Amino acid sequence: MSALPRPRWRAGLSRAAGARCLTALTVVLLAVAGCGNGARSDGGSGGASPGSPSVSPRSGSVTEGAGAGGGRALSGTITVFAAASLRKTFTQIGAEVEDAHPGTTVRFSFAGSSDLAAQLLQGAPADVFASADTTTMAKATAGALTLGAPVDFATNTLEIAVPAGNPAKVSSLADLAKPGVKVVLCAPVVPCGQAAVKVQTSAGVTIKPVSEEQSVTDVLGKVSTGEADAGLVYVTDVRGAGAAVRGLPFPESSSAVNTYPIAALKDTRDPALAQAFVAAVSGEPGRSILAAAGFGPPTTQQ
Amino acid sequence: MTARRRPLGLPVWVFLPALVGGAFVVLPLLSMLTRIEWGRFGALVTSPSSVAALGLSLRTSLLSTALCVLFGVPMAVVLARAQFRGQALARALVLLPLVLPPVVGGIALLYTFGRRGLLGHTFEVLGVHVAFTTTAVVLAQTFVALPFLVVSLEGALRTGGTRYEDVAATLGARPTTVFLRVTLPLVLPGLASGAVLAFARSLGEFGATITFAGSLQGVTRTLPLEIYLQRETDPQAAVALSLVLVVVATVVVTLTRRSRTVL
Repeated sequence: MSALPRPRWRAGLSRAAGARCLTALTVVLLAVAGCGNGARSDGGSGGASPGSPSVSPRSGSVTEGAGAGGGRALSGTITVFAAASLRKTFTQIGAEVEDAHPGTTVRFSFAGSSDLAAQLLQGAPADVFASADTTTMAKATAGALTLGAPVDFATNTLEIAVPAGNPAKVSSLADLAKPGVKVVLCAPVVPCGQAAVKVQTSAGVTIKPVSEEQSVTDVLGKVSTGEADAGLVYVTDVRGAGAAVRGLPFPESSSAVNTYPIAALKDTRDPALAQAFVAAVSGEPGRSILAAAGFGPPTTQQ
Repeated sequence: MTARRRPLGLPVWVFLPALVGGAFVVLPLLSMLTRIEWGRFGALVTSPSSVAALGLSLRTSLLSTALCVLFGVPMAVVLARAQFRGQALARALVLLPLVLPPVVGGIALLYTFGRRGLLGHTFEVLGVHVAFTTTAVVLAQTFVALPFLVVSLEGALRTGGTRYEDVAATLGARPTTVFLRVTLPLVLPGLASGAVLAFARSLGEFGATITFAGSLQGVTRTLPLEIYLQRETDPQAAVALSLVLVVVATVVVTLTRRSRTVL
């Protein structure tokens, strides 16, 4: 009696062995898929950490380049950690600095300000830090990372972003609170979300968003694809997004002006070049490049 | 791990790379444990946003696993048993989400089920709103998890062979009877491991969800999205929630493995 089911079990076992092989394969694939995920979630930071250490030794060998430049000309390489919203403008300013001082190289790591601050606090080597808000810069100064006081170099304000054609006929901040209008905001824990909360409070408007995104880029993506009827993003983001998105300025935005500070870092191997870059950003050609991208001038009271 | 008797033909040296590989997986998890402030742990993981995220993750993952079984089983059977032109291509296409970055999956879903997508308008007319709803989360999870179930099950079907089905058919069983009474019971272990993998993948889904579904507490913000958001302001909360996710995943995988006599 009991001999009969025996062969069946054996068959079951061999099938199971096959399934086991496949499971193993699948687990490997799962790992690959997971890697893709991780790369996404790390954003720019992934590129920053492995890239940066290779920079430091090079800026240590500055002297070779200095000889070629002659006199007290600047040379060498610096790494700038800058907020993601500064990608276009800073790349341009970096190129101007390299042109003005032949033999110098300015390298960038662009990511969310708080990501960058966290990396710096954990010892990532960098020469300059530019953040999208004063709160994040305060973390760096509190950690005694900066060389001298940070300089405010630009401001940014919110704008209503609507998809081309403005399907929900949005024209004011109050329109965003209307039922049926799908609005996407930044989550209140990220800087652009804090700004969105501020303008709502000062305008006495309560927006019920359909989604609270991680970053401005995510908000902009939802608007440019037409998924959302409107979103609150920075003026400079709308400028950079092209024809798919239209920006609508609104008066209440003045209650949430974002100030961008920049500072050379204490651990820089090349203080002269780092300071030169800071000067280029806070003076010319930085001013005009930033203004052309939609950034406002820094407010003087700080 | 430590077998009572060493399996025949297993060289001793394989244990070394196996150990290194094991440490590579386990060490990051252990170092995460060292970063947890246990005093705050309870408060962090029971905050309303954390509970909402965990609940949403479990609900959506169960739903997408059910969808994966519903559609994945027939897909695997067709791929394993039927013969048709372009079968190799069909298999490659079905497995594509395995190798695609999840963000790409999210973008693809957006252009299909989004408001301006290929099917989005039809859905809107029918009164089905996908954008920014929990439905979008389930769609994203199903999209990335489906291949895991299909791969596991197709493998099990092929390894099992068709002997029993052939016998059942010669004894006069109709195809549906053969499928339900012979094929499915035989591949149940494969189906179970496939479903577990699909569930685990759904639970960890991040890229497609954030791209396609958005992020709103209790509606679309699953545990991985909550972890990513918390990291912005409160790294401690992010680590605590990561541990919860690890524990849930481990429990699911272990329970299902233990409940089966083989494998």
